[in-house]
Amino acid sequence: MRGSVSRLTLVRPRTLSEALKSLRDDPELVPIAGATDLYVALNFGTLTGSRYLDLWPLRSLRRIHETEDVLSIGALATYTALIKARMVRERLPMLVAAAREVGGVQIQNRGTLGGNVANASPAADTLPVLAAADATVVLASHAGERRVPITQFYTGYRKTVRTSEELIIALEIGPVEGAQYFRKVGTRAAQAIAKVVMAAVRGEAPRIALGSVAPTVVRLPRTETSLAQGGSIDDAVQVLQSEINPIDDVRSTAEYRRRVAANLLRECFTSAAPPGG
Amino acid sequence: MRLTVNGVEWDLAVHPMKRLLDVLREDCSLTGTKEGCGEGECGACTVLVDDAPVCACLIPVAQVIGANVRTIEGLGDDHPLQRAFMDEVGAQCGICTPGMIMAALALGPRPSLARIKVGLAGNLCRCTGYEAIYRAVRRAADATSVETGAVRP
Repeated sequence: MRGSVSRLTLVRPRTLSEALKSLRDDPELVPIAGATDLYVALNFGTLTGSRYLDLWPLRSLRRIHETEDVLSIGALATYTALIKARMVRERLPMLVAAAREVGGVQIQNRGTLGGNVANASPAADTLPVLAAADATVVLASHAGERRVPITQFYTGYRKTVRTSEELIIALEIGPVEGAQYFRKVGTRAAQAIAKVVMAAVRGEAPRIALGSVAPTVVRLPRTETSLAQGGSIDDAVQVLQSEINPIDDVRSTAEYRRRVAANLLRECFTSAAPPGG
Repeated sequence: MRLTVNGVEWDLAVHPMKRLLDVLREDCSLTGTKEGCGEGECGACTVLVDDAPVCACLIPVAQVIGANVRTIEGLGDDHPLQRAFMDEVGAQCGICTPGMIMAALALGPRPSLARIKVGLAGNLCRCTGYEAIYRAVRRAADATSVETGAVRP
């Protein structure tokens, strides 16, 4: 390993309220869960912070449950837990499809939904799903809780509205009406970061979300309106092109991402059985 | 810091953020677990933590206190998977092999080829082209059930 751990410290709370007190008292504290990004950043020399708050032992944050018509997924639910949860398979199959494509089983056993949300990568696999599902981020601090729609959670590249005192404790998802779609396009089927990732809901109120085409995950409200009003798929593709702003980077080119995004939209809204549903 | 590796309890004075991989190799002298990429892509450092395959290169050792860690050394020298990997030439350079075997160990009894491919998707091999590895995992499953009538592990 290229980085050294000797300058790092780890705070290990026993309860959620202990964790929230620690965050209040130490604004530099960085929450970690399965730690799948931590050593990668350490090796690359891009690690931010040196004091970490270990959430992994907080079992209360792993819970997946339904309250009336809201599916609540604890921030520490791993991808493996999402794949196994009947409730998630039934209500949000596109999230299961996304979880299956995160890394290999080793990463699925450690990576968490809350970690994916907090890490705020524009290429994150689950974020288009949460955006298409109109999920709500539940934030807790020592002062109480607040709820932020996922589409308002990101303010820029790797930037969120979470304050240093706050912890993401859960994601809440209401009923999703319509056929669900998920597709990630990368260099290979497994173990790849997305060049383009799309989640969508095909129904009376179409919802479309894309990752890797902008500094944050994006919904495409004008494309959605075009489809909702009965516009052709060709029209919708035209609108989509004006709504996304992909860039050239190490993984792909803007031109390739535009073509793939168009193809995914066509696949989702014209094929008989769209994948990931 | 107390941790259990292959059923043996260790009491170690190590930094809580030290990677499990480094603790196994440097403090426990269990060098069977290899470092490949060091960033969770290749699976060479796969060990089981409470029966679940994980990358030891990404885990602060503090997070396995109280858990059961199982490494390639925990299989002894004559496990059906080890024999099958040799018989099918599922190992060439050998760097990926311990991680590959640990991931295979977690697949449960008589896995289908599809399940093997999904279960080993997080383990990269640059030598074999995977076919020999898939054959080895299937052969080990068959051997275990024929010879002992029991399921692995």
